Amino acid sequence: MTLRKWKPALRHLFMILFSLIMVYPVLWWVGASLKHSTELGSPGIFPSVPQWSNYVKGWNSIPGHTFTDFYLNTFGLEIAVIATTLISCTLVAFGFARLDFPLKGFWFSILMLTLMMPGQVLIIPQYTLFHQLGWVNTYLPFIIPHMLAGGAGGTFFVFLLIQFIRGLPKELDESAKIDGCSWFGIYWRVIIPLTLPAIITVMIFCFLWNWDDFLGHLLYINSVEKYTVGLALRMINDSQSAQEWGQLLAMSLVSVLPATFIFMFLQKYFVEGIATTGIKG
Amino acid sequence: MIALFFRYILKEIEHCPHLAGIVPAVYLIYTILTHEVTVMNRTTAATIPAAPETKKPKKTKPSFLSRWNAPLAGYLFISPWLIGFLTLTAYPLFLSLYYSFTDYTLMKPMEWIGTRNYERIFTSDPKFVDSVKVTFTYVLASVPLKLIAALLVAMVLNKAIKGIGVYRTAIYFPSLIGGSIGVSLLWRNIFGVDGIFNKIIGVFGFEGKGWITSPDTALGTLILLTVWQFGSTMVIFLAGLKQIPNDLYEASAVDGANKVTQFFKITMPMLSPILYFNLIMGVIGAFQMFTSAFVITNGGPMNATYVYALYLYERAFSRYELGYASALAWIMLVMIVLATILIFYTSKYWVFYETETGKGKRK
Repeated sequence: MTLRKWKPALRHLFMILFSLIMVYPVLWWVGASLKHSTELGSPGIFPSVPQWSNYVKGWNSIPGHTFTDFYLNTFGLEIAVIATTLISCTLVAFGFARLDFPLKGFWFSILMLTLMMPGQVLIIPQYTLFHQLGWVNTYLPFIIPHMLAGGAGGTFFVFLLIQFIRGLPKELDESAKIDGCSWFGIYWRVIIPLTLPAIITVMIFCFLWNWDDFLGHLLYINSVEKYTVGLALRMINDSQSAQEWGQLLAMSLVSVLPATFIFMFLQKYFVEGIATTGIKG
Repeated sequence: MIALFFRYILKEIEHCPHLAGIVPAVYLIYTILTHEVTVMNRTTAATIPAAPETKKPKKTKPSFLSRWNAPLAGYLFISPWLIGFLTLTAYPLFLSLYYSFTDYTLMKPMEWIGTRNYERIFTSDPKFVDSVKVTFTYVLASVPLKLIAALLVAMVLNKAIKGIGVYRTAIYFPSLIGGSIGVSLLWRNIFGVDGIFNKIIGVFGFEGKGWITSPDTALGTLILLTVWQFGSTMVIFLAGLKQIPNDLYEASAVDGANKVTQFFKITMPMLSPILYFNLIMGVIGAFQMFTSAFVITNGGPMNATYVYALYLYERAFSRYELGYASALAWIMLVMIVLATILIFYTSKYWVFYETETGKGKRK
């Protein structure tokens, strides 16, 4: 009897402890970004004297550039990649979800196979291809694949959108068709407005995966003025002999803020996106 | 016939005034295609002079195409993906297969050397053996641990109703940021000699050490970083658990089943398709692990974290041995495909699919 009474409380206690262990590294990280380097070894979260200069110095720690440049680069790349992804993936998904055409089943099974395609098998030939086209040290190796419904997660997005569009009632297209609407009209006027929740999910994951596409950035971007945030962080990490850990941790923390804000404000779409398609975050 | 369809598409586009922009593009494709059609007709006319006979298939062809509601529009819609697949996936795949039989570097013209790359990899490349060992250890440890942690916590969370949102957020958050280079840097600090991990275990009387700098624990810290990110898998499991009808548990409880039996006879079978999907995607992802090994340890100490992707990267982009690295890439592909096939074949013994009647059957 008493055991049953205490069971929910125990479960909560376990969950609270467990959650704390899970987020402790992040909490410590927030505190550590404000600590003096002599204090960094202490497990306590709060710094004795907050060193705001970690942020200022870290922001300017790469000579000739500030992190403002790297953030502008990365956000510019993200905008281009998200825009092209949305156009290409919704078109392709509409084609697969609503239209019938010869060999559709065949192409769809190829699409599903490429979902499981390990991208690293392709990096060498893609690199030589982009190298021959003179695209190395530009953002084209990221933008063009997204324009062609590929790139970081492109196939996943097509799959997600197909699943979503299939769930929309087909009567809507049929009545639009009777009213004389073309396929493109149905896509643009009927399907796209109804697909908005899935489109937001695609935008979120497209942003996150491109933000973390470290290997891609490492391969294709060489000059510092085109560096993304991840590359800049790696540069500080490699260049400082006597490591200014405080600055490095401060800048690292700033680099995960965009993902955190997106998560805070758009949590609903996250859970839906993950739960309905099995995409991992 | 193609011309007819294009005219039909163009007519359709004209119905929607805001689509005027794509009309020129469609015309372009139209002219390219119709040109080809006329060329084709001419050659067929030259070889088969009987004119009335060529008319016959023309009549049957529209009915053949009318089996589909949009034979051409469909291809127009999927064309971005189709072009991308052909140029950025299929072609590179064969290109890398070709490279793997050459001594390709970016510096000099390549030469066909047959299977010599593969022979070298399998007979005299200790780094290959090391990296395969490290990668398999990583895959075999991180994937099951992550799935087990995700499943256990999902089951606890499925019961605790109050405050579930807070817990879920706290547990999901690491997987949101975990793949970033920022977190890799954080990890390097935490598990360093002067890091807080040593300070914390010091409180409990354990002696600290350089977890990242000693060969027998370095891979462990990377595995821990991966397992720490089990939150997204947990959210998927949680959604799956919520879909299991409660009357299954109630009915089995009436029949006298205890919690353990319920777990193995109801929860696991009902969740197995989701587990299966996560297992396959987890294994494929784990084989390609790169960022944390590159940033935290850079393969060291003593190659203890020299994962396969890192080896591939170094061969290809530090030494520019692109032919050799392509052979490595194809071996990686074969390993991943074999692992997937293995999971696929075992799945019929443990993955349970519900049939439409609601009665389950083992597939």
